[in-house]
Amino acid sequence: MTAAAHVPPAARPAPAPVRRHQWLATLRTVVRTPRGAIGLGLALSVTLLAAIGPAIAPRSPTALLTVPFAKPSSQFPLGSDFLGRDVLSRVLAGGWVLLVMAVAATALGIIVGAAAGISAAYLRGWTDSFIMRTVDVILAFPQLVFALLLVSVIGPKLWLIVLAVGLSHAPQVARVLRSATLEISERDYVKAVELQGMRPPKVMRQEILPNLISPLMVETGLRLTYSIVIMAGLAFLGFGQQPPAANWGSMINENRIGLTLNPWAVIAPALLIALLTIGTNTFTDAVARVTIGVDRRPEEAALVDDLGLQEVK
Amino acid sequence: MTSDPPPLAETAGDSSARCDTVRLDVQNLVVRLGDSGPDVVSEISFAVPAGEVLGLVGESGSGKTTVALALLGHARRGLSIAGGQVRLDGLDLLRLSPGDLREVRGARVAYVPQDPSAALNPTRRVGAQLTEALRVHPGTVDDIAGRVQEVLGEVSLDASPAMLRRYPHQLSGGQQQRVALAMAFCCRPSLIVLDEPTTGLDVSTQRHVLDTVRSLCSSYGVAAVYVSHDLAVVGGLVAQVAVMYAGRIAEIGATNKVFPYPLHPYTRGLLGAVPSVDRAEVLTGIEGQPPRPGRRGRGCSFAPRCGYVLEACRSQAPEPVLIDGRAVRCVRAADIQAAATARREAVVTSPAAGTPAAGLSLRDLAAGYGGPSVLSGIQFDVPAESCVAVVGESGSGKTTLARCIVGLHASWTGDMTFQGVSLPGGVPRRSREQLKGIQYVFQNPYTSLNPRKTVGQIVAQPLERFTGLAFRERVERAARVLQDVSLGPDFLSRYPDQLSGGERQRVAIARALVVEPELLVCDEVTSALDVSVQAVIVELLRRLQREHHLGMIFITHNLALVRSIAQSVIVLRDGTMVESGPVGQILESPKDPYTIQLLQDVPRLATDGDRGGDEPCR
Repeated sequence: MTAAAHVPPAARPAPAPVRRHQWLATLRTVVRTPRGAIGLGLALSVTLLAAIGPAIAPRSPTALLTVPFAKPSSQFPLGSDFLGRDVLSRVLAGGWVLLVMAVAATALGIIVGAAAGISAAYLRGWTDSFIMRTVDVILAFPQLVFALLLVSVIGPKLWLIVLAVGLSHAPQVARVLRSATLEISERDYVKAVELQGMRPPKVMRQEILPNLISPLMVETGLRLTYSIVIMAGLAFLGFGQQPPAANWGSMINENRIGLTLNPWAVIAPALLIALLTIGTNTFTDAVARVTIGVDRRPEEAALVDDLGLQEVK
Repeated sequence: MTSDPPPLAETAGDSSARCDTVRLDVQNLVVRLGDSGPDVVSEISFAVPAGEVLGLVGESGSGKTTVALALLGHARRGLSIAGGQVRLDGLDLLRLSPGDLREVRGARVAYVPQDPSAALNPTRRVGAQLTEALRVHPGTVDDIAGRVQEVLGEVSLDASPAMLRRYPHQLSGGQQQRVALAMAFCCRPSLIVLDEPTTGLDVSTQRHVLDTVRSLCSSYGVAAVYVSHDLAVVGGLVAQVAVMYAGRIAEIGATNKVFPYPLHPYTRGLLGAVPSVDRAEVLTGIEGQPPRPGRRGRGCSFAPRCGYVLEACRSQAPEPVLIDGRAVRCVRAADIQAAATARREAVVTSPAAGTPAAGLSLRDLAAGYGGPSVLSGIQFDVPAESCVAVVGESGSGKTTLARCIVGLHASWTGDMTFQGVSLPGGVPRRSREQLKGIQYVFQNPYTSLNPRKTVGQIVAQPLERFTGLAFRERVERAARVLQDVSLGPDFLSRYPDQLSGGERQRVAIARALVVEPELLVCDEVTSALDVSVQAVIVELLRRLQREHHLGMIFITHNLALVRSIAQSVIVLRDGTMVESGPVGQILESPKDPYTIQLLQDVPRLATDGDRGGDEPCR
């Protein structure tokens, strides 16, 4: 084999259409769809508002400035709340903590749930039964009730709320990823590395996880939506940031008695929560639609190759 | 099975009389991607007389199924029929309103799909499904029950009430396909389109189904279009054959002319790639892959892969030329006709070089999946540096055997030794040396490569565990092995979905070879590939086996493939060995009746012009 000498060192691979991060390509496609663009636009603008809100709030969100439930005026564009605080400033200041907590809870839920679901499906047997029965038990409680239970026993600490909401997501994430993994772990490429004697943790990390990107992306978006709703709901019920801190969820609760006097004190936070969840949900939906097309089963990929449809699109 | 098929041949009319009536006339059919996208198939023209079968052959992606569906006025999602005519007894099916088309489908044009188990409704009884077509088209037949009885007899199925009360899953694959045929024939259509109806069936069943199709068509004057990728099947069945390539008909003419003396370079290549069960020959595949719709360029689509290519071929698409009674879309058809037909080079099979002790040996192996045993009494040796072929139909246990040997299936009994050392069952109990020494190539290259890894990562992966090489050395070794399987180093950074089926299978072979094993277990490695690619892969394996001094177990359902690659053969049936011995002996003078039957039923390519079906009608 003299030809072997001519092989260029692989440290400099030939310039081929390399896609190191396929999920980036997927995101790009998603953003090009109307659904994806609208969803991402909504979610990003609400996030941006919540992020820079505390800095641009015209007044202190906690100062008592005027009469309770004052109508909108040039001084207070959204009127005042039940204690006479500026609604605009409270809306601007009250989103950031909610968002950070929702993201943290989602991340926790996805990580724990994915680890549990993938291990259950790949290791089978005793591990599978143990994990899935635990999941069944947790699933028996409605998500909000589960979070309420933990918070009311231990107390309304912010980290505890994140933990409770995150853990309440984990079982559902585990379910979804278990079924996705069951299918993938039967594929020949997984058998091929098993024949090399690769250890299960590595098989799960290297061979299975990268092929779960699309269900993971969809699940993340969905869980983020739920986190926001549950966080806001908990705040509404009085678990969350404690008064006098501003929070979209608690604002709805505090001001609903004055709905006829100054509806904006309720409508503004409710609208922002609605726009945010509609945004994340629409975006997730777009991701799901795109990945169904992108992440075809190998047999379908073969068929598409045959017709050359991929190329032409 | 009580009723004999009626004497069909006698009921057939005078053959010269029916040849005058052209039943199906297709002119300039064009199917596009979307409404204004590139052509998927174009310039499709052919005519089929009553009672005749036209074979539409081509490899995957050639557009043959697209054409078949267009004959029913149907286009798959994303495609549209953009032009041309499909005239059935003078009636243009493409001009019909959706309502009229519905009337015609089933009654005058019938379709037999590829997979009968998917085409029959699993929740309804066979009888109900058969009468359905007759009920949907009232007026075609007066006595529905009588017609069902009759048509079941015609497809050689038992027409008893018990049969009619069965569900599809209670039938065998062959019976299911007969039911699908009966459904197609029950309204006495004028045209029947068969889309690879025998692909999933084993050779014996396949032969029976083919005989049924042929006799039904000729006795009722039905025009049939038979779509297939299997040239040997088509060669024995049809009078006229159309070879499709990249959405066009490359060559069309009488089977007994086209197959013995192909004039289009593609047809020649395709025929050269078909393995023969009678002779051990070097198979010549066609390198490269067909261009996809929208990338076909101005010139001849086959030019990049063609051995006869001229400069003119690359700039202008050839028009079909009439030569020797057929239409050939090649400017060099006359040159090719003048050239002598090249016979394929014979393979010299060398006797096994290594000693049995250095290879794999199985004694009294039995295996199962908890229930009844799938394999029993398996006993054979694979001497080092020799190739043993394991042949069997689906369900014979050949894949289970492979999985036992490589360690994926752990519950077996008996003795397995490799290089004199006992092999335990299951991957975790085997030593690293044993795992490295026996490598497995999976059947389907579309599922055996991780779509998220580059070819370089896939091929270098086994080195990580089996050798102490550093990263750079691993990648260099991977590049070298890729070169061995005729893939350049630029493949290192590609992903599997950027590769064709043949390239994927080469990568899978490279992954097995990279650790320098002693034994390669190839499980139906060509069954998911086209015949031209199959030939390339088989030749590659044959060369690699020689160069790398490999022992090899070549598992296949295709007896013809065995001839050119293996030294000895084992025939499996229902999990037991019915016969084993040197390749020549088994294929030339088989002793076991099952092997004899199997060999008889293998479709043979009619290269001598004597098996081309009826004389074509013009």
